[in-house]
Amino acid sequence: MNAKKHFQDNITFLFLFILAVLYLTPIFIVLMNSFKGRFFISDAPFALPNVETFVGIKNYFSGIAKTGFIQAFGYSLFITVFSVAAIVLFTSMTAWCITRVKSKVSSLLYYLLVFSMIVPFQMVMFTMSKMANIMRLDNPVGIIVIYLGFGAGLSVFIFSGFVKSIPREIEEAATIDGCNPIQTFFLIILPILKPIIITVAILNTMWIWNDYLLPYLVIGSNYKTIPIAVQYLQGGYGSRDMGAMMAMLVLAIVPIVIFYLTCQKYIIKGVVAGAVKG
Amino acid sequence: MQKMPNKYYAFFTLPTIIAFVISFLIPFLLGIYLSFTEFTTVTNSQWVGVSNYIRAFTDDKNFLNATIFTVKFALVSVVLINVFAFTFALLLTRKIKGTNIFRTVFFMPNLIGGIVLGYIWQLIFNGILINFGVDITYSANYGFWGLIILMNWQMVGYMMVIYIAGIQGIPAELMEAAEIDGANSWQILKSITIPMVMPAVTICTFLTVTNSFKLFDQNLALTAGAPARASAMLALDIFNTFYGRMGYEGVGQAKAVIFFLFVALVVLLQLRSSRSMEIEN
Repeated sequence: MNAKKHFQDNITFLFLFILAVLYLTPIFIVLMNSFKGRFFISDAPFALPNVETFVGIKNYFSGIAKTGFIQAFGYSLFITVFSVAAIVLFTSMTAWCITRVKSKVSSLLYYLLVFSMIVPFQMVMFTMSKMANIMRLDNPVGIIVIYLGFGAGLSVFIFSGFVKSIPREIEEAATIDGCNPIQTFFLIILPILKPIIITVAILNTMWIWNDYLLPYLVIGSNYKTIPIAVQYLQGGYGSRDMGAMMAMLVLAIVPIVIFYLTCQKYIIKGVVAGAVKG
Repeated sequence: MQKMPNKYYAFFTLPTIIAFVISFLIPFLLGIYLSFTEFTTVTNSQWVGVSNYIRAFTDDKNFLNATIFTVKFALVSVVLINVFAFTFALLLTRKIKGTNIFRTVFFMPNLIGGIVLGYIWQLIFNGILINFGVDITYSANYGFWGLIILMNWQMVGYMMVIYIAGIQGIPAELMEAAEIDGANSWQILKSITIPMVMPAVTICTFLTVTNSFKLFDQNLALTAGAPARASAMLALDIFNTFYGRMGYEGVGQAKAVIFFLFVALVVLLQLRSSRSMEIEN
């Protein structure tokens, strides 16, 4: 029995190992091609660079210059960090308030927010981008408001589920001690919310960092985030610089991989918690 | 805290409400209204009744094709992604060495954005297809299976971690009892593991269905609908209708409303049917 289990485990390990190598292959192919000359990529993407095709990091220079990648990285970082911060702060406040204060306004708000989760983006993209334009939200600061509005549904939903599990006695004790609701929330509730804040922050970071269509429609003509910069390289027919493209794909993946490897534990936990609640 | 003075209630809810009204609620209501009008800007619109809805299907076959393509894509990808994810999860809960590294690797593609994923796979598919003298835009079938492979690469790891959590949540006593009763591993899988992870199946089907229906970035980057919009899914077709040609904004908005109703219906039906398969606790 033991020998059989041992054998099965080895087969499973071998199978998973081959699968893992296959899983990583696409990324290695892109990395490898990013060091080849632009005309040697499309024809033979699986060939290793050789003396003739190797160009060092030339593609990276041309890609960065063509797309304004440094700026794009800055915009992506700015928009993601501040949108996620705004979403976490404001939706946790809202979720706590509407969960605790039972009123018609609270339940209307809750149902509207939950409803917004099933509405596909295409339903509102045209009118929303016009609204953003009219209200002067079509810049990297204004788009934070848009992200707060779109992220509110899922985030309030997840926070509300968690708030229900916090005993009311804690808040009542705080009120008796003379805390007003603002003090109660920031001094008592917010620290308790910490694990779920990480979940909400991670889910929203993954969404906003990779989001293409929303920023493209709202700010895309003046400010390029990373996905917009990559798509921009596509250019007109036939004129695509494959070398620059490969280099930009690598540069777009690197920050994500670093983020993933440093906070892997929280990301996987957050995704599971978010999925189970959502 | 059953009651809260209004000024505090406003303090807690207004920032979210304002952002929500500006970016979602008004655009949503305005979108429904505009789908019954002909317009080029939001402020200049003329009521045309349901003609946009009719034109969505009659002006060309794009919307109908996109609907069929999307439904087929959703069906195939939901089944494949969940079967693979569940299989991976079973293999990764056998307590073999390297489990954590495998999990890390399988989950990683999920964090890469759709546009970047699309171009990574475009390179690979075209690199293979060039040997046959064609590329991914040669036929809608290539685009279809290309998207299926891409989405599996992206989503299987995500669903896998949800299934792993589900499998690990099964009480050990159940497994032991079954083993003592002499159940083989197939019987355990069929009578214990699968019924016990039904809640995870609900979640994963829900996520894969909604993701498949709303797919846009990957579709845009991989084929952009080529050849001749035959591989365009619903979201991309709506985008093309809005921004591809002048004078079709109303039709685009009507398509968007149909798309919304369609997604809402699918979500409701799916949640109802899989909830009924879960075990009552």
